[in-house]
Amino acid sequence: MKDLLPRTITFQPASDQSLLIHFGKTISLNTHRQIVRFLKLLESEPVEGVKNLHPAYCSMLVEFDALKFGHAEIEALLAPYLGRLSQVRLPAARLREIPVCYGSEFGPDLAEVASIHKLSLDEIIRLHSSVTYTAFFLGFVPGFAYLGGLPAELATPRLASPRKSVPAGSVAIGGNQTGVYPASTPGGWRLIGRTPLKLFDPTVAHASFFEIGDEVRFVPISAEEFARMAAR
Amino acid sequence: MSVLTVLAPGLLTTVQDLGREGYGPIGVSASGAADALSLRVGNRLVGNPEGAAGIEMTLLGGQLQFSQDATIALTGADFGATLDERAVFQYSSISVKAGQIAKFGPTRSGARAYLCVRGGIVVPEFLGSRSTHLLSGLGGVEGRALRNGDVLPVGESTPLPPMTTLSQKLRAGAAPRKTIRVTRGPHWKNFSKATQENVLRQTYVVTEEANRMGIRLKGTQFELASGGEMITEGVSLGAIQVTPSGQPIILFVEQQTTGGYPKIANVIAADLSSVGQLRPRDEIRLELVTMETARALYREQENLLASWK
Repeated sequence: MKDLLPRTITFQPASDQSLLIHFGKTISLNTHRQIVRFLKLLESEPVEGVKNLHPAYCSMLVEFDALKFGHAEIEALLAPYLGRLSQVRLPAARLREIPVCYGSEFGPDLAEVASIHKLSLDEIIRLHSSVTYTAFFLGFVPGFAYLGGLPAELATPRLASPRKSVPAGSVAIGGNQTGVYPASTPGGWRLIGRTPLKLFDPTVAHASFFEIGDEVRFVPISAEEFARMAAR
Repeated sequence: MSVLTVLAPGLLTTVQDLGREGYGPIGVSASGAADALSLRVGNRLVGNPEGAAGIEMTLLGGQLQFSQDATIALTGADFGATLDERAVFQYSSISVKAGQIAKFGPTRSGARAYLCVRGGIVVPEFLGSRSTHLLSGLGGVEGRALRNGDVLPVGESTPLPPMTTLSQKLRAGAAPRKTIRVTRGPHWKNFSKATQENVLRQTYVVTEEANRMGIRLKGTQFELASGGEMITEGVSLGAIQVTPSGQPIILFVEQQTTGGYPKIANVIAADLSSVGQLRPRDEIRLELVTMETARALYREQENLLASWK
């Protein structure tokens, strides 16, 4: 069974009903694509008794029915899937554009981020909206995408003490990642702007605006545009 | 249609079933009853499928009025329930007359009590479940805890007959434990030898920060031998994660789906319902078991439940 697996892939039990599959030790687009391939394959050919999947940067947590399987059995069932990843063709990534009103009450930490990096507010905004990010995975809370590809100049440590509540739609930087809080939750990332888009709506078929593998760009908008879009 | 009207909500009362599976890729944790065993038993007592939605009350219960005759069961912690001021038994199916009021007081045992009604609570499903997910405001009644005046629709009853009272053996088998059994977590080896030894020897106190997302414990400081923050990865239900404060948190039903803190241990499937009954200031201990033992204990618990016919 083991020889079916690409060498970089390892198994680790996480609990009596879950298995961690490690695809590599460092964050990279290659590792990310392997994880997306595995997810797509399992979604198109589901394994009975697999209850939930949690893709992340370098790993996938598989929750399974522990009445049906032990770890050895679930590993044996998943190994052939992992051995077929090179045959999985990924569709072209979707481009998702996020309108953002940067600064002022929409991004209360923008000024501090600018001062940490000794850049002007406009330079921070220009840099943040100049690149295409990748949604490495969704996690933490419903609809929250971990976006990789932040320009190195913008990497900023998290707040020493997280906010008890962050407004929904807040666009934030945490370390070398950026993301958008879909709902009002506690949060330790630095808030630089806000989007009027609703990123998670459980009443529609595709509840989450983002999905794993999306390409994402931020588009600066004015406070007037924000108000107009939010009213819609 | 038969309804239940909330006359007083209690401290934190929500609609819960057994949770939603399969939405990990969009960051949605399962949610569902904190003490799933109690909900399942309650549902069987009233002749519902085990996964029907019921009402979960926390520490202090409320008051509910029935619009029609109903069959109900009360399980989980003892909240001193009365029906029109008369004490009612837990763990048996009870007939209620139209207009009667069920009242619940402060807990006399664990953290959570369940009320199941024949037909189930049939609020709309979101992502395949009626469970309330408070953090993200979805499911249940508008994704929130119940308030005065909320009206909860009760469904049509299924052909299943209500069950008789639970046997003592089954009730004992489902009773919450204060020694919680765990398996080694994915980062067990990252902790110092002293911490590894101490994890199982010490007594932990449940802090006030104990809710459906997680239960923060207070004990001796945990020490990492290597690596503080890890690359963010999926976290399993019942993972015991250690934050930079050096104190452990048990991630629970409304947990975040991914996280970057090291996980020293994980509560076994058979003991998750016991975690749902932990109250602030409770003292608990952890007992390490192998994956094989964990599976055997889970099977044993399920067999016990299946033997109730």
